[in-house]
Amino acid sequence: MELLEVKNLGKKYKDFRLEDISFTLPKGYIMGYVGQNGSGKTTTLNLITHVYKAAEGEVRVDGLRYEDDPVRYLENIGYIGEGFQFPSDFTLKEIRIVMRSFYPDFDIPRFNELAGRFGLPEKKRVSAFSQGMSVKLMFAAVFARQTKLLILDEATNGLDPVARQEVLGLLQEYIADGEHSILFSTHILRDLEQIADYIYFIDDGRTVMYDAKDELLENYLLVKGELALLDDTLREQLIGIEEHAYGFEAVAPSDRADMLPRGVVCEKPDIDQIVIHFIKNKNRA
Amino acid sequence: MKIIISNQSELPIYAQIKEQLKEQILNGQIPEGSTLPSIRQLAKEVGVSVITTTRAYSDLEAEGFIATMQGKGSVVLSKDSGIVRGQYLARVEEGLATAVSTARMVGITDAELTGMFEKLLHAERK
Repeated sequence: MELLEVKNLGKKYKDFRLEDISFTLPKGYIMGYVGQNGSGKTTTLNLITHVYKAAEGEVRVDGLRYEDDPVRYLENIGYIGEGFQFPSDFTLKEIRIVMRSFYPDFDIPRFNELAGRFGLPEKKRVSAFSQGMSVKLMFAAVFARQTKLLILDEATNGLDPVARQEVLGLLQEYIADGEHSILFSTHILRDLEQIADYIYFIDDGRTVMYDAKDELLENYLLVKGELALLDDTLREQLIGIEEHAYGFEAVAPSDRADMLPRGVVCEKPDIDQIVIHFIKNKNRA
Repeated sequence: MKIIISNQSELPIYAQIKEQLKEQILNGQIPEGSTLPSIRQLAKEVGVSVITTTRAYSDLEAEGFIATMQGKGSVVLSKDSGIVRGQYLARVEEGLATAVSTARMVGITDAELTGMFEKLLHAERK
């Protein structure tokens, strides 16, 4: 059962065009929405959360389009962005009041439980919160609502490794019942390399690749070797060749492994390496 | 039950999970009839994606080690089931082959080897 369906989504701006973005995210899974800064990640997320209206295409969250029922559509979505979303002189007390007035189903006992677990101070103004505490506060606020889809826009930027690990644990907790899904945009892939089920990779407003993460990792090899090996036949097999003074690095489809010349080194790539070489390939084309 | 994921391993993560569970089922550390954690629970505990643990479980199921029942979770099957027994036989054979080749290498005669084997069987029986 699909929780998020994005079909041929697009929008034209003066100097940027988002084009033909299509994917589905089933219930209970995490998708990493990956791309460089300025590639169109936030634009896509803003179209899904209906901050802006899409010019082309269609989005459904739990089967529902925004036009069908705007209130329910937005209630199903929890959003956490890079910036902080509460006024700086608020304490937890004001946040409870405001959240309750925006979202009638805001679960205060659940919020208190999470605030306690994250060690969020009751009396402190949120302006005095550390970045890690601010992010955890936003998670507590979202998790106390009855959302189905969590959209994260670079939400782990600026977190230290310990806080980051905690956040990843929270994400896994959110989807654990098989009913909730997460769309997670980031340019730091290492963050979600392990927990993401699907990877959607966008560059310059267009889709570069979209697959289950395990498939991507299995379908490509990282290939390295000395420059002397890099003849035209080999160049044809490789994607995104990166040359330096003493050798080259690229990726190649795993099923071509047998056709690679002797002397090249083949390794298991991580997602970052696959992405880097795909960008390199695209820029050359 | 224990699962240790290594980033240095040549095996993909789903295969690491599968092999480790298989090993523990074969050596009895995970007894037959016991229930494995759910796919989602395991993903959360180990910190890997749901698709990854799903694949590990479906492979174990295909090889006859576990059976998954909707709502009941995944149960470790009896060692008598055909496919699993085949895996055990292969394992025993592998052990014997190692013994034979080591014996040949250091010049232990077949008679000596048979004697050792019978002695071991005898000792086990007691």
